[in-house]
Amino acid sequence: MKRLLSIEFQKIWKNKASRVLLLAYFVLLSSIALVASIKFSFGTFEIRIADQGIFNFPYIWHFNTFVAALFKIFLAVVIVSMMANEYTYGTLKQNLIDGLSKKEFIYSKFLVVGSFALASTLFVFIMSLILGYSFSSYTELSIVFTDLEYLLAFFIKLFAFFSFCLFLGILVKRSAFALGFLTLWFIAEQIIYWIVKFVILSGDDKHKNFGDTMIKYFPMESMWNLSKEPVTRFNAVKTIENAMGGAQNIKDYGVHFSEVSIVLVWTFIFILTSYYILKKRDL
Amino acid sequence: METILKITNLNKIFNKHLHAVKNVSFEIKKGNVYGILGPNGSGKSTTLGIVLNVVNKTSGDFEWFGGKSNTHDALKKVGAIIERPNFYPYMTAKENLELVCKIKGTSLSKVDEKLELVGLLERKNDKFRTYSLGMKQRLAIASALLNDPEILILDEPTNGLDPQGIRQIRDIIRIIASQGTTILLASHLLDEVEKVCSHVVVLRKGEMLYQGSVHDMIENNSFFELKSDDKEQLKLALQNHPSIEKIEEEEGKVLVYLKQDIAAKDLNSYLFEQKIVLEHLVKRKNSLEEQFLELTKN
Repeated sequence: MKRLLSIEFQKIWKNKASRVLLLAYFVLLSSIALVASIKFSFGTFEIRIADQGIFNFPYIWHFNTFVAALFKIFLAVVIVSMMANEYTYGTLKQNLIDGLSKKEFIYSKFLVVGSFALASTLFVFIMSLILGYSFSSYTELSIVFTDLEYLLAFFIKLFAFFSFCLFLGILVKRSAFALGFLTLWFIAEQIIYWIVKFVILSGDDKHKNFGDTMIKYFPMESMWNLSKEPVTRFNAVKTIENAMGGAQNIKDYGVHFSEVSIVLVWTFIFILTSYYILKKRDL
Repeated sequence: METILKITNLNKIFNKHLHAVKNVSFEIKKGNVYGILGPNGSGKSTTLGIVLNVVNKTSGDFEWFGGKSNTHDALKKVGAIIERPNFYPYMTAKENLELVCKIKGTSLSKVDEKLELVGLLERKNDKFRTYSLGMKQRLAIASALLNDPEILILDEPTNGLDPQGIRQIRDIIRIIASQGTTILLASHLLDEVEKVCSHVVVLRKGEMLYQGSVHDMIENNSFFELKSDDKEQLKLALQNHPSIEKIEEEEGKVLVYLKQDIAAKDLNSYLFEQKIVLEHLVKRKNSLEEQFLELTKN
């Protein structure tokens, strides 16, 4: 495993574009901390975002993982081009001739995907701890370490998404096309959902029907669903909602086992299909 | 002699209709230099691709080193370059070779030694993409030699090179061959094969036409060029000779092809007994090129 990782990281790190993207990704992740410095002024009245409970434990786990996941596209580009380059340079063929088996090749790529997801998770964990201890109103250990399942969900979300990217890279062989395909896939999921829910079943916005059940099983949507948007959970937003007399928004923000397992099944499918494609293909 | 690679009844059909390799069988023995000859599209690269684990066979078998290890372990003892040099353009020559060392599981200490052998030591810290084609090809050879392989497989190593480049590659191949490394060289440059190889396999449209030593391939096909004042009488006399297969006329000379080998002196004395005095007598062999064109005709 060490050998394969050292091979793959040499390939990535020596490439200037990948190196820049990797660094940019971690810099952007750190920029979440900058939210702390945002201030609004209403005349003499000043609101500092950091003091509004956005960095309160355990809410911070939810907020930070959700925002951090938005930056994953940077690593997705690195992963897709890493795979597509192997085709365009002809090095996939050469690696195999030099004595890497197809299994080892796929395995090493998924090791990279796994380490990217793991590194991101650790980074977000440490950053959230620091931010939390600086700004949270509660710092009792029992509160700090509640709701850590958001971190697990974050890890799985990234791992699944990167596996999907890798799979597309292997399938399509060209990075630009693979990224285009990724976008296309996302749009296709939404269109199918829309057609099933509103056209075929003639449903409406208020009532759930088969369309809503179905879309939970689509790969992109299931990854998205792993952690729900945290904004409406934020106290300040709730207060405003109450003040405006809107109906209390009862929403389940938790991470559910069923959703995790859907994503894990997809990840498994992506890994196995990638191996199958590579095995069947004449290079 | 130890067998390095054994191929039995290998077949490859692309997309269900293109039969690229038809029932090819041959053996590679340790210490020889083999040439695979064939026109473009004759299945040379496909055959090599199959034994190198990058193309899936349709049927048949191949076995490395007597079947003692599986293919990808065996490949760690093989050095191969196919078609064009494949490296990461953004890495230097040294970094590229170190990567290959990691894949093959050999120590990094060989890198400088092999770069020296192919004459690229001074350029080792330059990026691969700055190299000329000849340098890329030499780097590929250095890379294939990193593990001191038991067999070196070269697929069209001089393709697209200038005369100097071709000469450099040929010299490197000679040096490697003289060190006792088994070499398998696929090429359509016949003088190259004739100069370097001891054995040949000839393919055409995926079928194997000939397998054996270069010497036999040329030797079996010697013929005479004769000239005499009375051409008709000469032909008549030759027709009665038991070892002669056919007689042709070309540019005023009579070409005599043989069923079995006879010495020039015997033919001369036979004709003299028949009262024919020769003006011109040469025993010739087809070059490998002529022999190859003959074999792969139609």
